Amino acid sequence: MQPESVPVFRSERINALIIVLIFSAVILIYTRWARKGKKLFIRKINGLDEVEEAVGRATEMGKPVLFIPGISEIDEIETIAGISILGRVARVTAQYDTPLLVPVRYPMVLAAGQEVVEQAYMEVGKPDAYNKDIVRYVAGEQFAFTAHVNGLMMRERPATNIYMGAFYAESLLLAESGNIAGSIQIAGTAQPAQLPFFIAACDYTLMGEELYAASAYLSREPLLLGGLKGQDWMKVLFVILIVLGIVFVSFDIGDWYLSMFKAV
Amino acid sequence: MRTTVPVIIAFLSGFAMILLFFISPEHSKIGTVELEPEVLSWVTIVGGFTLLLGVVSILRVNYVAVQRKKEGWIYNLATLVSIFAMAIPAILPESWSPLLGTGTGSIYDWLFNNLDAPMMSTMFAMLAFYIASAAFRAFRARNAEATLLLITAALVMLWRVPMGEMLLSGIHESIPEKINTYIMNGANLAVQRGILIGAALGAAAMSLRIMLGIERTYMGK
Repeated sequence: MQPESVPVFRSERINALIIVLIFSAVILIYTRWARKGKKLFIRKINGLDEVEEAVGRATEMGKPVLFIPGISEIDEIETIAGISILGRVARVTAQYDTPLLVPVRYPMVLAAGQEVVEQAYMEVGKPDAYNKDIVRYVAGEQFAFTAHVNGLMMRERPATNIYMGAFYAESLLLAESGNIAGSIQIAGTAQPAQLPFFIAACDYTLMGEELYAASAYLSREPLLLGGLKGQDWMKVLFVILIVLGIVFVSFDIGDWYLSMFKAV
Repeated sequence: MRTTVPVIIAFLSGFAMILLFFISPEHSKIGTVELEPEVLSWVTIVGGFTLLLGVVSILRVNYVAVQRKKEGWIYNLATLVSIFAMAIPAILPESWSPLLGTGTGSIYDWLFNNLDAPMMSTMFAMLAFYIASAAFRAFRARNAEATLLLITAALVMLWRVPMGEMLLSGIHESIPEKINTYIMNGANLAVQRGILIGAALGAAAMSLRIMLGIERTYMGK
């Protein structure tokens, strides 16, 4: 008996393909407009505006800046966002000769972090000031890492603590210790469960998408800002789709509409 | 070259993963090997190679601190001793002695169960005290919004404990159900979903920027 042939394309995932294509097109269109010099408005993000100010405070006090790029592996997009922001922060600390401490939980994050920080020191013309131990591997265990960082905060008393990336149960342990140490604290994560803790214990908190927008916002590069604008228009599209869904479901004619967005 | 090659690798890897998502598993095999889990397992292999970097980093940082007698150097010494105390008996073969290796009854096993695990639990348990101090600061009724937050938090906390639920039911039996419906599954869930949708879009946009080589900040560019 001939086995039933399986189609190459998974047609049940056509909805995802359409969204991917629209999303890519919108981002590319805005990037193209940005390349042509079209002026793009990006709303103010206080937490990011304060990064330079906070590093300046550390310089004046002669104390270090502590940066934690989350506790996840490098294959997590939040960690990549954290590493991108680390590059911008390292550029400012290198300019002002402010000590920078970057404890990490995974060796792959260590390698990426060292590369980014070294590049930042080279770009501001201070390659000799770069020290490989600025970014240091601490521990693979979640709470061993937390214990080390808490101890570091209480001993070194950094003037500024920046938490950018994926955080879990240790978020409040870190942020409260930083608070007790008297540091200015800026946090950013896309983990909704950890946001209340950061908001309670930090001076500024970047919520969800703001974390991913940070590298573009800090660099002010038109190409990156173009991508952000594209993302905003996708959000508008999703809001319209959600409102339509609410209307259809409320009038009990929404089954066909909901089936269009079914994830398989 | 240092930028171009990683960008090409990022594009090809990202594009391959997207493609594999839309192709049925039967057609995404080479022989008997399924490509998607295979490609994902490469991350672990690369991670294995970088492990040595981590070991070198932790040893160097702590050794230098002990050598220069930096403030708190005793903790660095404790870290170095702990690393060797855990690693050496675990690396040596079990066939030499039942105390070696990582099996039950080994030195590694004893250290893990009697030192490592209790210390992790202690750290996690400390969270309760940190929550209390953070809540005290967050729930101070400084203005209208903070007062609203305080009232909402008090209601949710009462609803979460059996005695509180009993008290609320005593006032009116529908109150616990209303807290669940309007606060937890209403306002709270809606806001969480809003943040999640925004974060998912942000993550997708950033992935796309990385794939297309627009975003190179993760390489320090």
